[in-house]
Amino acid sequence: MKRQLHGGACGDSCCLKLNQVSVKIGSDSILKDVTMHVHCGEMVALIGPNGAGKSTILKAILGQRDYEGVITFSAPGMRHRKMPRIGYVPQSPAFDPGDPVTVADLFACCQSRFPAFLGITREHRELVLECLDRVHGKDLIDKRVGTLSGGELQRVLLALALEPLPNILILDEPLSGVDVEGMETLMEMLDEIRRTYDLSILMTTHDFAMLPRYADQVVLIDHRVLKQGQPEDVLDSPEFRQVFHRKGGV
Amino acid sequence: MELWYWIWDTLPFEMLHWDFMKNALLAVLLMAPLFGLLSTMIVTGRMSFFSDALGHSAFTGIAIGAICGAAAPVWVAVIFSVLFAVLFSWVRSRSNHAADTLIGVFSSTAVALGIFAATLGGGSFTKYNKYLIGDILSVTPGEIGMLALVLVAVAVFWVICSNRLTLTAIHPQLASSRGMKTELIQTLFTVMIAVVVTLAISWVGLLILNSLLVLPGAAARNVAKNLRQYHLLSVVFALLSGIGGLTLSYYLGASAGAAISLGLALIFAVSFCFRNRRA
Repeated sequence: MKRQLHGGACGDSCCLKLNQVSVKIGSDSILKDVTMHVHCGEMVALIGPNGAGKSTILKAILGQRDYEGVITFSAPGMRHRKMPRIGYVPQSPAFDPGDPVTVADLFACCQSRFPAFLGITREHRELVLECLDRVHGKDLIDKRVGTLSGGELQRVLLALALEPLPNILILDEPLSGVDVEGMETLMEMLDEIRRTYDLSILMTTHDFAMLPRYADQVVLIDHRVLKQGQPEDVLDSPEFRQVFHRKGGV
Repeated sequence: MELWYWIWDTLPFEMLHWDFMKNALLAVLLMAPLFGLLSTMIVTGRMSFFSDALGHSAFTGIAIGAICGAAAPVWVAVIFSVLFAVLFSWVRSRSNHAADTLIGVFSSTAVALGIFAATLGGGSFTKYNKYLIGDILSVTPGEIGMLALVLVAVAVFWVICSNRLTLTAIHPQLASSRGMKTELIQTLFTVMIAVVVTLAISWVGLLILNSLLVLPGAAARNVAKNLRQYHLLSVVFALLSGIGGLTLSYYLGASAGAAISLGLALIFAVSFCFRNRRA
């Protein structure tokens, strides 16, 4: 595994580069020679069938999975830090409805050194409200995480991933379990956040209808990169039709 | 201890004029917050059967310590339980079996090994009965001191690690993505349960021990609205049932451990009637 801070042909405009990244589990090749770039301020969607290795790419980037090849981070302002800040929203974040853990508790567990079982300090509560305000979710602070709807939970996890503000935001299937209206709200919010903070966003998704409107780049993978480029180019490509057995585009 | 004895001697409680009852009450007051705290995380982390398996491993450790001729088999049991907990955590993180399957494997192996060791060479199992039922009235001032030390250690661990432990219990992937060493923290927690379970087995007994580790948290979870209430109620329920159970056992002449467990079961039943709804 080789992780670098700077360098690469696209310099500072390139936030994340994967060069010939491969992942194996035993003798099975999960990813083979994946090369892709995420530029600063760009929203990139990773698409592919189930088991294609989308989540594995994210885990390799997060340092949770060993890999061969090179993953390079670079962004303005991160030259003196050891590692880039990665905001991560995990897949299928199922919380038990019975667990007495509120949104404020969840934030405290993630961010605060003060033990949440002794209560939430006033300062931290204000910080949580500030974070939730970014996703228009201040009213969720005292709700139990297990009782949130799919869309509300994604907004809370997004707010959590944005504090402290990351260099890159990674979302694993953020639209799964979210109703159509919630999808629209979430994508608009991501777009707003990207523009406000000039943030690079990498997400996996099975919902292709929104991609032409919001994504700058789409990468189609099935253990290796089959096609990457503008959303329309990828969604109309023979590779896309072959993988998803579709006759036409989206 | 002298001060503790003197306080109760001056008060008009007949039950607490006996030294063994004063010792038992102090032990209950120390054990209640200990079990109350651990219980919250055992329930949240779905480890109820695991703590039961640890009780079995503690019993096995005592049997092995006894046949090895150890002067204090409980310390052999502590070592055995800690090894058992670490080995279980290691296997769980590397196995594709469900946790309950692995618990079944470890628990049945521990029980079999314990009975094998206890009956080796035609030995009688009767001398181990006290570890099955337990007797809190037999607790000594030295053991109370040890219990106090364990409570302090658990409280310190809780202040430092409970945030990470909670996140690991409710969403391991999220915890891992935020740079938390989830495997290490879970192993530390299981080691802590192993130590507490093994030390408490002779006072509470194997058959009742797990109810003390599960019921306070389960009852608190029914009605708590946040983490603070959850911990507070779990400790309060453990305290109420501890004091109530000890009193009841004195006047009715029944096992104190069983009376405490029944008190917790009653609290669980009441809390269930007032449980949180989904909204």
